Amino acid sequence: MDQERIRNFCIIAHIDHGKSTLADRLLQQTHTVSEREMVDQILDQMDLERERGITIKLQAVRLEYAAKDGKTYTLNLIDTPGHVDFSYEVSRSLAACEGALLVIDASQGIEAQTLANLYMALDNDLEIIPVINKIDLPNAEVERVLGELEDTIGFTRDQVILASAKTGQGVEEILEAVVERIPPPRGNLEEPLKALIFDSHYDVYRGAVAYIRVVDGVVKVGDGITMMSSGREFEVTQLGVFRPHMVSVEELGAGEVGCLLASLKDVKDTRVGDTITHTRRPAAEPLPGYRAARPMVYAGLYPVNNEDFEALRTALEKLQLNDAALSFEPETSAALGFGFRCGFLGLLHMEIVQERLERQFDLNLITTAPNVVYRVTTTDGETLVVDNPAAFPSQGSITAIEEPYVDATIIVPSDFAGPVMELCQDRRGTFQTMEYITPERMVIRYSLPLSEILLDFFDRLKSRTRGYASLDYEFRGYQESDLVKLDVLLNGKPVDALSCIVHRSRAQKRGRQLAEKLKEVIPRQLFEVPIQAAIGGKIIARETVRALRKDVLAKCYGGDVTRKRKLLEKQREGKRRMKQFGDVEVPQEAFMAILQVDD
Amino acid sequence: MAMWRCPRRPSWLFCKSMTEDHWGLYVHIPFCLRKCPYCDFNSYPRSRWSREDRRRYVGAVARELGGIGVSCAPVSLYFGGGTPTTLPPQDLAWLLGLAKDKWNLGEEVEISIEANPDTVDGEVLQELRNAGFNRLSLGVQSLRDRDLAILGRSYDVQTVHRALQDARLAGFTNIGVDLIYGIPGQSPQDWRETLEGALELEVEHISCYSLQVEDHTPMAAAIMRGELALPPEDDWLEMFQMTVEILGKGGYEHYEIANFARPGRQCRHNLLYWKNRWYLGVGAGAHSHWERRRWANVKDPGTYADLVAAGMPAVEDERSLTEGEEMDETAFLGLRLLGGVDLGEYRRRFGRDLGAVYADPIAQLTARGLLEQADGQLRLTTRGLPVANVVFAQFIRD
Repeated sequence: MDQERIRNFCIIAHIDHGKSTLADRLLQQTHTVSEREMVDQILDQMDLERERGITIKLQAVRLEYAAKDGKTYTLNLIDTPGHVDFSYEVSRSLAACEGALLVIDASQGIEAQTLANLYMALDNDLEIIPVINKIDLPNAEVERVLGELEDTIGFTRDQVILASAKTGQGVEEILEAVVERIPPPRGNLEEPLKALIFDSHYDVYRGAVAYIRVVDGVVKVGDGITMMSSGREFEVTQLGVFRPHMVSVEELGAGEVGCLLASLKDVKDTRVGDTITHTRRPAAEPLPGYRAARPMVYAGLYPVNNEDFEALRTALEKLQLNDAALSFEPETSAALGFGFRCGFLGLLHMEIVQERLERQFDLNLITTAPNVVYRVTTTDGETLVVDNPAAFPSQGSITAIEEPYVDATIIVPSDFAGPVMELCQDRRGTFQTMEYITPERMVIRYSLPLSEILLDFFDRLKSRTRGYASLDYEFRGYQESDLVKLDVLLNGKPVDALSCIVHRSRAQKRGRQLAEKLKEVIPRQLFEVPIQAAIGGKIIARETVRALRKDVLAKCYGGDVTRKRKLLEKQREGKRRMKQFGDVEVPQEAFMAILQVDD
Repeated sequence: MAMWRCPRRPSWLFCKSMTEDHWGLYVHIPFCLRKCPYCDFNSYPRSRWSREDRRRYVGAVARELGGIGVSCAPVSLYFGGGTPTTLPPQDLAWLLGLAKDKWNLGEEVEISIEANPDTVDGEVLQELRNAGFNRLSLGVQSLRDRDLAILGRSYDVQTVHRALQDARLAGFTNIGVDLIYGIPGQSPQDWRETLEGALELEVEHISCYSLQVEDHTPMAAAIMRGELALPPEDDWLEMFQMTVEILGKGGYEHYEIANFARPGRQCRHNLLYWKNRWYLGVGAGAHSHWERRRWANVKDPGTYADLVAAGMPAVEDERSLTEGEEMDETAFLGLRLLGGVDLGEYRRRFGRDLGAVYADPIAQLTARGLLEQADGQLRLTTRGLPVANVVFAQFIRD
């Protein structure tokens, strides 16, 4: 295919700024889907994504657009995930494009992810087309947002397209701009094959499917290919493009976007960011930017019923087929029995995995509070990588502990700068910079321990700023911290799965708050349950769950046994979701209590 | 109109004396003088329905009753509500007359009617007694005017006394009163007063229900707003224990979690529920249990009357029970009785041992001192009574 007639682009936006709706509209406008086929937000395939209104898995769709110059262009729209957990995936899909639509909500303006994504797009040398979306909304502030784009990013007014994905206004203009402003791919068809994997997914019938952008050369069905990161070899069995359903093609040449099937067993063979080349005539160098998915957050996943352990393993294996970023290792907890320590990209990723395990595989799980990965130097001079607070070495044998830090970008109306800075300080943040985007809004940058972000940081930020703040962060590196392990005892017995790592200066307070919170979430049992928080064997806080003394139903009125039964079933269902420690029943919420302690 | 065949009597019906355990008929009258703020039963202020509507309702109940295809006689009849006595006594007498004629019922059958003190006088009670009602269940609730006010009851303690006197004079020799404890603002001492007052009433049966604040009732809203507060749990427990002690000393046998009776005066109709026997309910929202099925009629009295008038079944919610569900329900309902579940009878009914079917929960609950087994009965212990739900929930299987 003539590369001059190809445009590869993506849409970047802060969450809820209307990316998916705009994508839908582009598909409609180019007749890629008929009105009849139109399902709202067609690119977000999975139920979970539609429910949460966010895009988790990106996809690529081919649009045929008859432009005003009389020529027909092939536009490849690459959908990108919209959450900070998936920023590496975003960066790879950006690398597959020459241009990006930067979508900004007319009533919200620039947000943290707008900037984070924009910088990422600029790093990849993309041509940016700014689009102010939702201009039809009554609270749209087009002038203010135009001002922000001029002042903060340096766009001129005539570069900005005003649109409403909902009404279709400006959509034609966007398509024209894609053709006119985004450069065509400049790959070399004669060079050895270089194709970037920017996404993959697992299909039960076909195995792993790699979404690729061919940078140089041509790949054909039947070709022998090599994954450059692993050296593993495969034979191409099928190639396809999406409109939006897959249509088979015989070859994909430089500049084209599509999918590749090659009897790939699971998505581990199709690592996002990896380069595919020909086995016979390999490229000298892979494309830049590949890195293995690196879990940032760990949590223990345990079946409530111990006999479900194998079922959990099978379920995790199945999920991993489609999720190379998910890692898991079996582990044993004195309190919870056999389970898995799982690694996730972030909290959202963790929640999604948890929800899928419970929904798709019907497993009843206890998830421990998420934690970061610590580096612990022992008195032996050894450096241990610890991803589980329960596995922390004893205080005496530690010489230093390091924890991961992130660079956080927060955008907020300037009135709220104070509360935001207070929160960051309270969360052991180090101030970096602060700039005005407009007279009313500012960007605040802090260096923060990742573990503090896990502690309900985003919700706190939202509540302190009446929902106006937006947050983005990226991993910065490890830094030494004065950390201690906080243990919890229930009924006098330590529950390892409730242990957590906290900063020494906050240990007393967190211990107290944790004990109080546990008292709230642990239901009353038939006897008193003492809750204790301890550091290094020393009790620092104590609470008591009072014994349950009354639980009796009123009369069985007029023989309505069904209602009684339903009440009892509900009670029993609640019980089933609890983990039994000796005589004490502990609900899932208890393991998350540390995340909800009040400041 | 649904028709029921005369049941092929399963063998378990014969295991006890035939006069005691058969089936019961419940008649629901959904009208009250007014709706009490804690009530979430299927009842409506009488004023919402015209006299004509109420007459139509009575006609529908009569028609549903007439359609029952069970030829053997019920062992108990129970007119409940609502407040049945918000209807003219002639209507109630007519309905009862239909049932009596249909099954040729005599004085040996327990025929109860619920009433509130402010809906009856000597004349009404005489008419009801003459019609054949032989057991009166009076919704007294408290013998302190302050409690009655909080409960939104529109009578005072004096009215209660007068109603009971009238009932005796009318010839009611089997009278029960309902009391409520755990009322907002009520102290254990307040409750003691009511209990001691209840002993002086010299009735045959006393029910003492713990106030249950149901969602979406005005009382629940008042508690949410902080205008009312329920007594603390320790007080509640004290009141429960006090009830058992005072009524026990007064000569009442504690035979069900919330029910006390003079010897031989247990409520036979309610025993059918607790023993998970069969019963048919007629009227709006009435519940039935027959063979392996449970169902309920539509709740709205108008809709109910329309359906019946059109000759359509008024059933709204029907489900078949598996044998397992029937077993669970027989277990947890039976445990409400102080005597517990008769293990021999249970085995005869289901062909399996209760102790084997629920071996794990029984072992756990026995170890915790909540259940005990003696004289061929499995029952709650004194400790188990106030936390009965914890026990019952263990008898619900997947």
